[in-house]
Amino acid sequence: MLKRDLNLARPDDVYNALIDAHKGLNDEQVRAFDARLILLLINHIGDEAVIREALEAAKA
Amino acid sequence: MERVGEERLSSYAYKTYPYRRPAELDGKKKRRPVVIVGAGMAGPTLALSLALRGVPSVVLDDDDKVSFGSRSICQAKHSLEIWDRFGIAERMVEKGITWEQGEVYLRDQAIWRFNLQPEPGHKFPAFVNLQQYYVEEYLYERCAAETLIEMRHRNKVVGLSPRNDGVSVEVETLDGRYTLDTEWLVACDGVRSQVRHLMGLPFPGEVFHDQFLIADIRLKGDLPRERRFWFYPPFHPTNSVLLHRQADEILRVDFQLGRDADAEEEKKPENVDKRLRQMFGPDARWEHEWTSVYTFTCRMMEKFVHGRVVFAGDAAHVVSPFGARGGNAAVADVDNLAWKLALVLTGKASEALIDSYDFERRAASRENIQNSTRSTDFITPKFPASRAFRDAVLALAKDFPFARALINSGRLSVPTAQTESVLNTPDVDTDWKNGPAPGRAMVDAPLGNEWLVDRLGTGFSLLSFGAIEAPQVTAIDLGGSDLARQRYDARPGTAYLVRPDRYVAARWRKADPPSIQRALARAMGA
Repeated sequence: MLKRDLNLARPDDVYNALIDAHKGLNDEQVRAFDARLILLLINHIGDEAVIREALEAAKA
Repeated sequence: MERVGEERLSSYAYKTYPYRRPAELDGKKKRRPVVIVGAGMAGPTLALSLALRGVPSVVLDDDDKVSFGSRSICQAKHSLEIWDRFGIAERMVEKGITWEQGEVYLRDQAIWRFNLQPEPGHKFPAFVNLQQYYVEEYLYERCAAETLIEMRHRNKVVGLSPRNDGVSVEVETLDGRYTLDTEWLVACDGVRSQVRHLMGLPFPGEVFHDQFLIADIRLKGDLPRERRFWFYPPFHPTNSVLLHRQADEILRVDFQLGRDADAEEEKKPENVDKRLRQMFGPDARWEHEWTSVYTFTCRMMEKFVHGRVVFAGDAAHVVSPFGARGGNAAVADVDNLAWKLALVLTGKASEALIDSYDFERRAASRENIQNSTRSTDFITPKFPASRAFRDAVLALAKDFPFARALINSGRLSVPTAQTESVLNTPDVDTDWKNGPAPGRAMVDAPLGNEWLVDRLGTGFSLLSFGAIEAPQVTAIDLGGSDLARQRYDARPGTAYLVRPDRYVAARWRKADPPSIQRALARAMGA
């Protein structure tokens, strides 16, 4: 099951790390960076049902 | 594949297979059990498979030569095992290029090496690359030596009258027209099937717009045996390139050209030479064998069986070339069909058994088309996000093993699963850890000085671990082979019922004769 409640100990730090990683990238670089990031994360999650649930949730 | 343009310069010596005046033109008529239309890879394979089971056939072909161009070059293990029954597979292995490994490059760096058959102990390798014209030549020669097969070159089907109990086929020759009466007609007449056309049947599917250039060249030197695939190589930086070696020191180079390429310009020898010069460097010398610019489609008929007319191979389904799923699927089709037709024609099974061909091979086609479409989407992404993820996979592949598994430069042909088939007897025992389940292909293993695939009969076989009484089947006791025990997850008493096309129909931990007989009847459509 996809976690819907907070699962991060230091949410602001993690969020800012995400934003910082995108700083200074043009649109094409952002797309490439995000694609790599998503692939790394979905492999780490590994659970196909959770990934499919996240794909659905992201469409909203 | 739809050929957009072609240059023919092959060094292969094309023989002419002579036309002979058919007896029907002189009033000699007899009803045939099977007429096969088309003498590509599927038609003669079907004729030989039927002859092995005592069923005579007539093969009609509108041409008198083998395939022009190398076309389907990657002959898979499962096809070789089928051709081995006619004694021609070892000749193919000897003539062709055995390969089991592949390499994928991103720009100038190898990012992945894969091995399609990492374990020893199989009679045949994962793949042998051999030009289609050699495969057809060996098949034609073998057919000519078979009294049950009548090959009729330059005999063109021009009309069909299907009936409930057979088909009347109108055939055109140099000497005029005649009618051939047959119980079953099998259309193996390729992507532009005349039989499909005459019956007005649709061939729905997806059209791909990317163009590809095949350059078959003869190049002397130290040539790689393995399959190589490049994304964005320095010598063709905007697209992909696929390289295969074939017999006679011939290389197949397949350049992705994109959607907007001008096929007429691209196939000109001087333009092909420019691309090859960039790839092979200033000192390389080559001769052109065959050049073809193509696009492709993935299509599949809605039904493969239409009464007494059965469709097989490219006539029934076509895929993209990535994955070697065209010719190999055609051979698998007719291997599935031959034993069923033989049982029906000899009254041992009801006509309904042929419906299982439709079910099983359409499932296989769906699997082939799905694999082929996914490979194509990876190689030629259709929209920007698809390209971004593809490029991300390639970028991660060098450092992250998981990403290597996502690289899809073609998922290469293995026997497709038919686990949903009604002919299977589902497992009763639940403690199987591995071994081929019902609906999966059997696996080879060494047996002393020979191979398991050599011991299979033309009918059903029972592979047992310890002797088990089994009438009507070829009983093979594998108890003495450690590798077979492993591959079949066997204990004393374990047994597998294997169909004539090498698919597992049923398996047991402790087989008993009544269960074997029930599974056998079910696998024969009862």
